[in-house]
Amino acid sequence: MGEMDDLVREFLVESAENLDRLDQEFVALEKDPGDPKRLASIFRSIHTIKGTCGFLGFSKLEAVAHVGESLLSKLRDGAFRLDGELTTALLKLVDAVREILGRIEASGQEGDESYEALKAQVSALNEARTATAGGKPAPAPAATAATAATAAPKAAAPAAAPAPAPAPTPVAAVVPPVATPVAAPVTAAPPAPASPAPAPVAAHATPAEAKRPNDEPAGDGAKHAVTETSLRVDVGLIDQLMNLVGELVLARNQILQLTSNQGDAGLTATMQRLNVITSELQEGVMKTRMQPIGNVWSKFPRVVRDVAVICGKQARLEMEGKETELDRTIVEAIKDPLTHLVRNSIDHGLETPAVRTAKGKPAEGVVTLRAFHENGQVIVEISDDGAGIDPERIKKKAIEKGLLTAEQAAALSDRDAINMIFLAGFSTAEKVTNISGRGVGMDVVKSNVEKIGGDIELKSQVGKGATVRIKIPPTLAIIPALVVVSSGGCFAIPQVNLVKLIRVDSEQAATAIESIQGTPVYRLRGNLLPLVDLDALLAGEEADREQILAKKRECLNIVVLQAEERQFGLVVDRIHDTQEIVVKPLCKMLKSIEVYAGVTIMGDGRVALILDVCGVGQAGGVVAKLQERGIAEKHADDAASDFVEASTFLVFQAGGRRMAVPLADAARLEEFKREQVEFGGDAPVVQYRGEIMPLVHAAGDPSWAHAEGDVRVVVYALEGHHFGLVIDGVPDIVYEAVRVRQPGSASGGSESVVLQGKVTELLGLRRALERVQPGVLDLAAAPAGA
Amino acid sequence: MNQFCTFTLAGHLFGIDVGEVQEVVLPQEMTRVPLAPRIVRGLINLRGQIVMAIDLRACLSLPARPADEQPINLVVRSEHGAVSFLIDEIRDVVTVDGQQFEPTPDTVRGAVREVLRGVYKLEGRLLLVLDKEKALATGASVPHARGGRDAARNHATPVTAAAGEH
Repeated sequence: MGEMDDLVREFLVESAENLDRLDQEFVALEKDPGDPKRLASIFRSIHTIKGTCGFLGFSKLEAVAHVGESLLSKLRDGAFRLDGELTTALLKLVDAVREILGRIEASGQEGDESYEALKAQVSALNEARTATAGGKPAPAPAATAATAATAAPKAAAPAAAPAPAPAPTPVAAVVPPVATPVAAPVTAAPPAPASPAPAPVAAHATPAEAKRPNDEPAGDGAKHAVTETSLRVDVGLIDQLMNLVGELVLARNQILQLTSNQGDAGLTATMQRLNVITSELQEGVMKTRMQPIGNVWSKFPRVVRDVAVICGKQARLEMEGKETELDRTIVEAIKDPLTHLVRNSIDHGLETPAVRTAKGKPAEGVVTLRAFHENGQVIVEISDDGAGIDPERIKKKAIEKGLLTAEQAAALSDRDAINMIFLAGFSTAEKVTNISGRGVGMDVVKSNVEKIGGDIELKSQVGKGATVRIKIPPTLAIIPALVVVSSGGCFAIPQVNLVKLIRVDSEQAATAIESIQGTPVYRLRGNLLPLVDLDALLAGEEADREQILAKKRECLNIVVLQAEERQFGLVVDRIHDTQEIVVKPLCKMLKSIEVYAGVTIMGDGRVALILDVCGVGQAGGVVAKLQERGIAEKHADDAASDFVEASTFLVFQAGGRRMAVPLADAARLEEFKREQVEFGGDAPVVQYRGEIMPLVHAAGDPSWAHAEGDVRVVVYALEGHHFGLVIDGVPDIVYEAVRVRQPGSASGGSESVVLQGKVTELLGLRRALERVQPGVLDLAAAPAGA
Repeated sequence: MNQFCTFTLAGHLFGIDVGEVQEVVLPQEMTRVPLAPRIVRGLINLRGQIVMAIDLRACLSLPARPADEQPINLVVRSEHGAVSFLIDEIRDVVTVDGQQFEPTPDTVRGAVREVLRGVYKLEGRLLLVLDKEKALATGASVPHARGGRDAARNHATPVTAAAGEH
C-alpha cells in the first residue's frame, strides 16, 4: 500500500510540474501557433499524464486527458492551427485536470465530477476543425517537417491524400509523418523513434512514450543529465536541516565566546576551523533553500492571458532575471502580492487595444517582470507600458474619499500622490471588475511586503506606464543584527533598519538633547531626530528629555533607526556588538506585542528578543500606526526636521483662506486707496517710495484689483525692490511655535501649519510671490522705470 | 485510571496529566519579556528550543513566590508550543481512579475555578487537577496593565477557603 501511495505522490508532483509548464506553453503557443516543438512538448505532457493515470487507475482523469490528447495530436500534426478558442478550451481542460489532481491529492479519489460538458466541447471543436481543415491542401508545417524526416516520402503522401474524408481516417493517416519530425528536433537521437513505421497506432504512441524520463532515459540526453544531478528533497527535511544549522551556529558562537580567553594554540586553531566550516555549512544549507523567482513567475503568463482576455486587452508578459534566487519562505510570501500586481498592471495599467492604437502604441501591451540583486537586496519590478497613473486623478479620488482636503491635495507632490494607492480603501478603478477595483489590494500588498522586511514603491509616467518596485531581503532565517542592552536585557536590532550609532558624552547630553513640547529630540545634521527611550518604552512609559538625562549613564547611546520613511533615535543603555542571529518565531501569546519581531539565542546561550523597529517606532509614537496612516505621516519626517522655535506670524484672510506669513519676512504693512492701484501692462501696481511696486494677491485671486475699498498690502523688500502682497481684511499678529505642519511640495504647493489651533497656509517669502504670480520676480528685477 | 504528575504551588497540591508533560527541569536562566502578559515570566533556552516560562501562581491568582525561592520548570506541551510552568516543588506521579474524583466544589470561585478540571480526594490530601490550556488562556487575557496585580490579589482568598473546607 505504501508503495502505491508513493507512486501516486510522485505522479502528483510530476503532473503538477507538467501542468505549470503547460500553462506557459499554451500562452507562448498562442503567439506562435505553428511552433512544432511546443506542440510536441504539450502533447507529451498531456500524454504522460494520461498514460500514468491509466496505469494508476484514475479513469476519469484519463478520459479528460484523452480528449485533450486527441485534439492536441491533430494540432501537432498540423491538421489545423491553434487559435484563441482552442487555447481557451485546452486551458479549461488543463484546469479540469488540475482539479482532479487536487482531489486526488486531498482524498486519494478522483471525485464524481466527470466533466462531460467539457469533454463534449473539446471533442466537438476537434471534429469541427478537422472537417473544415480537411478541405484544404496538406497543412504547411506538417508537410515541411515531414520532408526533413526519414519517413517522409512515404508518409507525406497519405497525409495529403485522405484530406476530404471525415474524422476517423485522417487521425490515423496524419499521425505517422509528423510523429517523426517532432521527435527528431527534441531527442537529438532520431533513429530510435523514427524506425516504427509499421502500425500507425504504435507510431503515434512511441515518440511520446520516449519522452517519459523513467521509461526511456537513453532517448533524451538533456533530461537524463538533469535527473542525475538534481534530487527532489522534501521541504520539511530542508527546514529541519536549517534549524539544525541554526543551532550549530549558536553553539559555535557560544564556544567561541567560551574559548576566546584561552591561550591554547591548538584549541584556537580548531576553533577557527570549526568557525569556517560552520559558516560554510550555513551558507550551503541556506543555498538549498534558495529558489529562483522564476518558480513563482511560471504561472504568470497564464494569469496575464486570462486577465487580458477578461478585460478585452492584449497583453504580453516579459520576464528578466528569472534565475534570481530568494529564500523559499520569501518566495512564498511574495507570490500573492506579485500576482495581484501583475493583474493590476493589466486591468488598471494597460489600455484597450483601440485606445493604444489611437495613442500610437502597439495594440499589444507589455508587462515586464524584472528581478535582480542590488546592494545585497533583491529588487523585483513589475512594469507596464500602459496609461500610467495620473496623480491628479488620484488626488481627486483622495478628496472624494475624504482622505485629503483640497489644499492638502494641492500641496502633495506627484510621487506622493501616486503612492497613495497603497493606502487602505483606495482604488481608482472607474468600475469594479472581478479582477481588481475593490480597493482591498494595494494596502494588503504593501503590508505583506513589509512583513518580510521589504519595501514597495510606485513610479509612473502618465501615458508611458507604471513601475512597481519591490525591495526584499534575500533571506530571513539568519540575519545580521546589532545587540544592545537596555532594561537589563539584551535586544537584537536587525541591521537592515540601522542607520547609524551616535554616542553623546554625559556632559554634552544636557545640551545635545532638546525638548519640544515634552518630546525629546536630538539635532542630527541640522535635522531634529525624535528620540525614544527603550528603557521607558519597555516599561510601558514614555520618557521625556529630563527622564532620559536623569538616568546615570556614562554616555548616551543613540541608535538611529529607519522605520518605513521615518528615522528616529532609540536611546539604549549600552551597545554590544553585531552578530549573525538566527531568527526564531515568537510564541503565540507574545506575537501581539508590537515591539518584538522574534527571538534568538545569543552566544552565551541566553535568549534575546529581536526588536521590530517599525513596532518600536509606533509604540514610541514616532511612526504612525497602519490604521492611522494618512497623508500627515508622509510628511511627518520633514515636519520634525523643519521644526521652528516660537516666532511671530502675520495671520490674515485671503480669498476666503486663512493664511500666514512670518512677520520677519515682511518689511511693512501698508494701506492704499483703491485709486492708487494702477496697471502696468496686465499687472496691478502702485507707486511706492519712488518705484513701481507690483501687487499680488495672497490667494492668487486676480479679481481683487477690480473690487471696492482700500487695499491692505504686506510689503516685502527683496533685493532693493518692493513687492506688495494683497490681503483681505485686517491681519492678526500671532506669536506661536509651529507644532504641526504639512510641508509644501516642490511642485509649488504651499505649506500648512496649525496656528491658534487652526490650519493655516504658510507663505514663504520668495516662493509665495513666485507661486502666486510667476514672473513677478522678473518684473522687480527689471529697472524700475521700464 | 489516570496518572497525574503532581507538584506543589503555594501549599496546594496540583496535578497535570502525565501525557501532557514533556520534562521537568531545574531552575533556568530566564530572559524577561517586557510588555508581555503578566503571567509570562520570561523565555528560557531549553537546548535550543525557546520556551515561555509561565508564572503559574499568577495564573491561579495565588500569592507571589518569595524572592529567595527558585522555581522548578515543568515543561508541558500546549497550544502555545512548549511552555514551562513555574512550580514550587515537583512530587510523585500518582495513579488515581474515577471514584476519587469530584467536580470543582461550588465554593471555589474566581480564577482558580476557571482553570481546574476537578478534584481528586487523595488520602489526607486534595489533588487539584489543572487544565493547562485554560490556565494559559485566562492568564494571557490579563494584559500587562499596572492594575493587573491588584485584581489578582482579590482572587487570592477563594483557593485558601476551598482547600480548608475539605
